[in-house]
Amino acid sequence: MTELKNTQLAISSQTDVIVCRQKAREAAVTMGFGLADQTRLATAVSELVRNALRHGGGGNCLIRDLEEKVQYGIEILIEDDGPGIADIDQALEDGYSTDKSLGLGLPAAKRLVHVLHIDSQPGRTCISIKMYLQKKAA
Amino acid sequence: MKIAIMKLGGILITALPLDLIDEDAMEFQGDLLNEINAHDAKGVIIDISALDLVDSFMARIINDSATMAGLLGAEVVVCGMQPQIGTTLIEMGRELLGVETALNLDLAMARILAKVKAEDMEQADDGT
Repeated sequence: MTELKNTQLAISSQTDVIVCRQKAREAAVTMGFGLADQTRLATAVSELVRNALRHGGGGNCLIRDLEEKVQYGIEILIEDDGPGIADIDQALEDGYSTDKSLGLGLPAAKRLVHVLHIDSQPGRTCISIKMYLQKKAA
Repeated sequence: MKIAIMKLGGILITALPLDLIDEDAMEFQGDLLNEINAHDAKGVIIDISALDLVDSFMARIINDSATMAGLLGAEVVVCGMQPQIGTTLIEMGRELLGVETALNLDLAMARILAKVKAEDMEQADDGT
């Protein structure tokens, strides 16, 4: 199993949106994900990092490998210290937006990855996404 | 980064580069409309074959550019989308990209020329 080095990236400018999604794709390549999953993961990261920048005023992005009881994969944590998401269920609905965007980013990201978990309170939001590679042999 | 918008006959041809930052994408939108206006362009081809992903922001830029160009009276065709981008766009939400697309630049050009020709003929008919 390929070990992934933990990669910690700052989110502070529009260029970081690109850097984070490139690194996420590289990690997916390293782990052996196919082109479709690489693209899903990179696209989800692009959405979430942009959100962290716009709504959270920046933060950081951690890419690491994931080893759970039955599956291998990648986990990416995107954190910001912005105002937080008041209503998480609402934020995951298509078309809900607190600014002038279309409000499609977060629900779109959720559809692209296997797990998307949001932990948010005023001053700190952490979104975890996971993509699983394969089931471990029992 | 300035994105080149080339004029060929009455058609504008442009290609979005890989890893465009949001600000430059928005600037492109404005530039495209200005160019359509300045050249009385009848058609626009936006090649996206260099893009390795299209997120909801980029989808919106492409959609809005096409809609605005349409409002100015230009026909728009987007071409060269990589297959995995088509997959992610459908998974993200079916309404994300609502523009006319063609497989590649050749087919996009053929499509645009056919549309422009049809419009010209309509105009000629109206004139008689």
